Amino acid sequence: MSNMRSLTFDAIIIGGGGSGLRTALELAKSGRKTAVLSKVFPTRSHTVSAQGGITCAIASADPEDDWRWHMYDTVKGGDYITDQDAAEYMCSEGPKAVFELEHMGLPFSRFDNGRIYQRPFGGQSKDFGKGGQAARTCAAADRTGHALLHTLYQNNLKNNTVFLNEWYAVDLVKNANGDVVGCIALCIETGEVVHIKSKATVLATGGSGRIFSSTTNALINTGDGIGMALRAGFPVQDIEMWQFHPTGIYGAGVLVTEGCRGEGGYLINKDGERFMERYAPNAKDLAGRDVVARSMVMEILEGRGCGENGDHVLLKLDHLGEEVLNKRLPGIVELAKTFAHVDPAQEPIPVVPTCHYMMGGLPTNVHGQAIMPDADGNDTIVNGLFACGEAACVSVHGANRLGGNSLLDLVVFGRAAGMFIENALNEGIDYLDAVESDIDAALARMNRWNESSGGESIPELRAELQETMQRSFGVFRQEDQMQEGVKQLAELRERIGKAHLGDKSNAFNTARVEALELDNLLEVAEATAISALERKESRGAHSRYDYPDRDDVNWLKHSIYTPLDKKLSKRDVNFSPKTVDTFEPKIRTY
Amino acid sequence: MSMLQVSVYRYNPETDSAPYMQEFQVDTQGRDLMVLNVLEIIKQQDSSMAYRRSCREGVCGSDGMNMNGSNGLACVTALSEVVDKRGKLVLRPLPGLPVVRDLVVDMGIFYKQYERIQPYLQNDTPPPAIERLQSPEDREKLDGLYECILCACCSTACPSFWWNPEKFVGPAGLLQSYRFLADSRDTATRERLADLEDPFSVFRCRGIMNCVAVCPKGLNPTRAIGKIRELLMANAT
Repeated sequence: MSNMRSLTFDAIIIGGGGSGLRTALELAKSGRKTAVLSKVFPTRSHTVSAQGGITCAIASADPEDDWRWHMYDTVKGGDYITDQDAAEYMCSEGPKAVFELEHMGLPFSRFDNGRIYQRPFGGQSKDFGKGGQAARTCAAADRTGHALLHTLYQNNLKNNTVFLNEWYAVDLVKNANGDVVGCIALCIETGEVVHIKSKATVLATGGSGRIFSSTTNALINTGDGIGMALRAGFPVQDIEMWQFHPTGIYGAGVLVTEGCRGEGGYLINKDGERFMERYAPNAKDLAGRDVVARSMVMEILEGRGCGENGDHVLLKLDHLGEEVLNKRLPGIVELAKTFAHVDPAQEPIPVVPTCHYMMGGLPTNVHGQAIMPDADGNDTIVNGLFACGEAACVSVHGANRLGGNSLLDLVVFGRAAGMFIENALNEGIDYLDAVESDIDAALARMNRWNESSGGESIPELRAELQETMQRSFGVFRQEDQMQEGVKQLAELRERIGKAHLGDKSNAFNTARVEALELDNLLEVAEATAISALERKESRGAHSRYDYPDRDDVNWLKHSIYTPLDKKLSKRDVNFSPKTVDTFEPKIRTY
Repeated sequence: MSMLQVSVYRYNPETDSAPYMQEFQVDTQGRDLMVLNVLEIIKQQDSSMAYRRSCREGVCGSDGMNMNGSNGLACVTALSEVVDKRGKLVLRPLPGLPVVRDLVVDMGIFYKQYERIQPYLQNDTPPPAIERLQSPEDREKLDGLYECILCACCSTACPSFWWNPEKFVGPAGLLQSYRFLADSRDTATRERLADLEDPFSVFRCRGIMNCVAVCPKGLNPTRAIGKIRELLMANAT
């Protein structure tokens, strides 16, 4: 396509959620020519749905609080495949990043002394697990993600960031050396396709929870960055690790924050029993999310579920009283009324574990640089490619993310990527330009859709993919069911490759966007399925009936899935923090 | 089968010389679906149907539209709230903004008015090493203001905004303006007010409260506008 327009930037940030906007803010201040490209207006990004808060040792609730305790919780929460250098960086830099947000105007809730309000969240402890429950999650009522995202957008306006809103990134453009030198993008409003040239391309595209049929994720969470990276031949790490949030509203999938349990709510089964006391005698309802989700499924499988079909449990909040609910959890009261038709001040909310977060993603270092292991397993840097936020696997979340750590991840590593890219640009970046065949390669799949003249419809194939993932790769997994899932996905790949885009128009064609998204869902789903099948142990969110135990001898490792041969290999976990002693793997109990 | 008759505003600038209403029959199976669910079913029948959506839980503000004459968010509006027993559902784009396609409007002027009020905290003192302190009472003054999701339901329900979208900031922008005026951490009050002193920016509000009636988050832009008026009047004397 020789008549295609090209736009040139020093850095292009794909994704306008928390991590993309934080990266953009850093770069906007640098005066470099940068742009944020987002398929939705930035404040419609999924960060807006985060509720409970941002976990960080700012020592407000407890003046003695220590970021090392937070780091300990994070490493333990990740079931010890958290990279300890990355967790160290996030937890120690965190307070600076949170105070910056406050200075930018984020309307945090407050304690009487005027400091930021912090609430207890799951998996939090004082004194390296020995000092009882901590309260470390900084909150703006139960709308922290909304407050954070709007604050970041507002400060990008203040700093004159360039936005390409309602633009969709189709695929990465690589030069002859394999460096990433930009992307192909589609302006949704006009249908124009543009070649974006950039010295740094940042994937801040968030998660991909829409690979499951039951998810707390927004409809836009289709793993676009992961799909682009896999198609370009780059690996993903720990992609089998999917968090099922204990409290998605039964039937609707809408999230109910862990902050409900932080404020004193608890789960009950059909007998009214507070069953988490049996599974996690110390932390109870505030154990790690993987632990709580599994316990709920056990209750349901053992016949103690609630409702006509015994297929959910209840979250009890009425004992907190209307005043606390309205002050601390007003958004939850609203969501419960809308989607569960209950007033939580009167009745409990029906809830069920629901796909929530992708711990895996593009492997990166703490600067956001994408990593690709070479043939000998040594890390090499992918020139020009960066990732941060949920799309990245840096890895601070390991096999199970702690509540409140995702928002911290976004701002700490968004900021770090921005700072690193600014320095790199100042030192000078010079890659080969892409030639026409490179650009054609990146246009290939969109051309395929545009030329399709018959075949199956997009919504049906998408639903089938989601049902396959739900059936075979849920809270509990086992070999035969996963084998079946992998087979079904291979068939789906064939069928999606021949599927039909019925609407070929240009102006705001959402059918075309959904077609392109479906390709990405498939990439993420298949990578998840093959990785889950190959990791023969149970760790964190990956729980197998056939391999019920953690296997530190063979699997105290990251998994690396390479798309070209669809094979899984292993990568070492970092156990070398710079300023604290290594947290050695222990049996994980709450 | 329980069929719902749905009438949807259609316009594709590439093929249609004028907009028209298209009729659909949707099988709700007797369920009290959200309007967004109805649109999803329609899109399975006709993939060319265009609308915005993202969070599907009322916090992202993508799917503001006009449902049986009233603005709201499709994802949190149940059929039982807008359709009577034998009635039908009529879906139109938010009024007063140019239509891009079908239910998708060009929100440019709406965002421009938002940007105009400088929607970010301004504080001319150097930030402390920790957070700026704020009492719970001062923080409470932001409740009912900061929760805005920029869905534009309010401004596009406002006749004053329809008439003067270039000059009247509109309820959404003014709610945001007051969110910063009311923030004990913001020091730009004087400049913010000076920018609003003309006869149009604030004073075109006639207090008819359409904005309050439609806000899907239960916010009250009219009250915020009243507060700004008070500040402007106090400033003038």
